[in-house]
Amino acid sequence: MTDTGCAGIRPRKEVIVNIVACVKQVPDTEAFIKVKPDGSGIEEGNIKWVMNPYDEYGVEEALKLKEASGGEVTVVSLGPARAMETIRTALAMGAEKGVHITIDEADAYNTAVALAAAIKDINPDVVFCGQRAIDGDAGQVGSILAELLGIPQITIVTGFEVDGDKVKAVKPIEGAQLVIESSMPCVVTAQKGLNEPRYASLPGIMKAKKKPVDVKDAAALGLSVEPKAKIVRMTPPPERAPGKIIEGDDPAAKASELVKLLREEAKVI
Amino acid sequence: MAKGVWIVAEHRNGALRNVSFEVASVARKLADELGEEVSAVLVGSGVEGFAPELGKYGVDKVYVADDAMFADYTTDAYSAAVAKVVKENDASILLLASSVQGKDLSSRLVGTLATGMASDCTDVKIADGKLLAIRPMYAGKCFGEIVVESYPQMASLRPKVFAAVENAKAGEVVKFDAGIAADALKTKVLETQKDASGKVDLTEADIIVSGGRGMKGPDEYKIIEELADLLGAAVGASRAAVDAGWRPQSDQVGQTGKVVSPNLYVACGISGAIQHLAGMSSSKYIVAINKDSEAPIFARADYGIVDDLFKIVPEVTAAVKKIL
Ligand SMILES: Cc1cc2nc3c(=O)[nH]c(=O)nc-3n(C[C@H](O)[C@H](O)[C@H](O)COP(=O)(O)OP(=O)(O)OC[C@H]3O[C@@H](n4cnc5c(N)ncnc54)[C@H](O)[C@@H]3O)c2cc1C
Ligand SMILES: Nc1ncnc2c1ncn2[C@@H]1O[C@H](COP(=O)(O)O)[C@@H](O)[C@H]1O
Repeated sequence: MTDTGCAGIRPRKEVIVNIVACVKQVPDTEAFIKVKPDGSGIEEGNIKWVMNPYDEYGVEEALKLKEASGGEVTVVSLGPARAMETIRTALAMGAEKGVHITIDEADAYNTAVALAAAIKDINPDVVFCGQRAIDGDAGQVGSILAELLGIPQITIVTGFEVDGDKVKAVKPIEGAQLVIESSMPCVVTAQKGLNEPRYASLPGIMKAKKKPVDVKDAAALGLSVEPKAKIVRMTPPPERAPGKIIEGDDPAAKASELVKLLREEAKVI
Repeated sequence: MAKGVWIVAEHRNGALRNVSFEVASVARKLADELGEEVSAVLVGSGVEGFAPELGKYGVDKVYVADDAMFADYTTDAYSAAVAKVVKENDASILLLASSVQGKDLSSRLVGTLATGMASDCTDVKIADGKLLAIRPMYAGKCFGEIVVESYPQMASLRPKVFAAVENAKAGEVVKFDAGIAADALKTKVLETQKDASGKVDLTEADIIVSGGRGMKGPDEYKIIEELADLLGAAVGASRAAVDAGWRPQSDQVGQTGKVVSPNLYVACGISGAIQHLAGMSSSKYIVAINKDSEAPIFARADYGIVDDLFKIVPEVTAAVKKIL
């Protein structure tokens, strides 16, 4: 964290009790995404499911905080039965326990409502989320969750430390970075650069199998499944006309041709 | 009934940011289709004077909350102020930029206003009197068309995708009291560390020259920087280059870096992995310089040169020098 200006978490055993990390299971970034012919969604058949990469940073930061300050890390995930694998991955990395809210699908608002219902009872000091889940690419749930829990947020952070009863985080913005202070409890959403997530060790994986996971049915929690933001149709990306390859042996001639095209055809320089 | 197209105007260092004009222009177009007004919310300290400039881009009314407590952007202060005025006026559509600040504020407002939002849209229109938002999903591997069933219908717009169009309207100032007690705020900005380079940020650049693993090392970026300086461009990088320590994290383009939409993106020694494409495929023109004719970047490029970048890039610089 040399370039972030944060010295790392300072131990404050008396402060930190409960740490939450929200994790979503998403298709592997390499996954081939095929839209169903009727545009109602994507084909899930051949997808390899993984923990959202930004949530890995969130889990890692939660574990680092626990290691420095004590407390317990609970991972919370909302999703279908397969989401349990992602909870187990986080438990194998070192989290103490999990909450699995079972539901097939929910939009950002309803997801946050469900997460808030589950997290409220945990009485967290810090809630870590990813800055964005790489399936829907929405980047909303952390902030909505913070609002519903009535606590502040610091989003898209690359540095984090606890300082007494406050947290400090580093947030890159366009052309600068901010150091933001917040009271606890708060929600922090993780960006690449925050840390290097650890891998689950073999003993970790063995232990994870015995760690408690509380399974809650979203419908039984009385949660609405009527989306506020509704995907009415999904489409494959628009076709792109094939590009022009500038042929030839002479680098100077090819470079001139490129510059000419950019100037006269594309009109971008 | 909810009515009117609303935007949140973004400013920094005593000036409106260009994304505000992009968002205002989109709002104007939607409002004209609906036969409604465009209102902007302007929260800050010493910002009232920005109103006429918003008027230039099609804003009818500018709701201003001007107070020292808004000197720095903080989520709690700004979201409370915007939510109050938007709710009181029963806004139908609320648009923000998907800039760093816009991402933070818009997502919080989804919670405050208990509504839905289409994030980081690349197109928005009116269909059956409602907002229809189109946005890349799954890193651009597919697109979603979103309708928000509650009010305000929120969307955030990807910077630099939409043109800022002048279209003069009144920009009339309406002051409002945000009703926030400064001592109730739970966050504050302790420090702003400016990027010493003074370069334009990738998300704001019209041209980006980007280098990947093919650059071979940090010093070799000299040739990229030279071309970029000449074009007034920003320098980008692939994750491979950032993870190797050749370039800072702030230069990374892609799924775990920045999403950029310049007029021109020049990819040098970048293979075009799906995670990289996720960050730059909404660029208007893409140039690929790569010695491997099979590199996936060529499938996305408008213009390609299959050759050694160390031979081509300096020649491109020389050719640009001749015409500029
Ligand atoms: C979860 C996840 C997130 C990721 N996020 C990102 C992200 O945000 N951004 C990102 O960029 N990547 C990201 N990646 C990594 C991505 O998968 C690729 O590994 C990365 O983009 C490759 O970078 P590259 O194209 O520079 O390197 P390579 O794939 O190694 O390509 C180098 C290219 O340079 C060409 N080359 C070499 N020498 C020369 C020369 N002398 N002249 C011309 N051409 C030359 C080669 O032909 C090759 O095509 C992510 C990966 C994962 C798993
Ligand atoms: N279904 C879910 N279960 C648990 N956490 C989630 C879920 N959806 C979103 N999140 C959290 O919110 C972050 C942002 O998600 P999103 O708003 O969908 O981009 C993710 O990185 C997760 O930390």
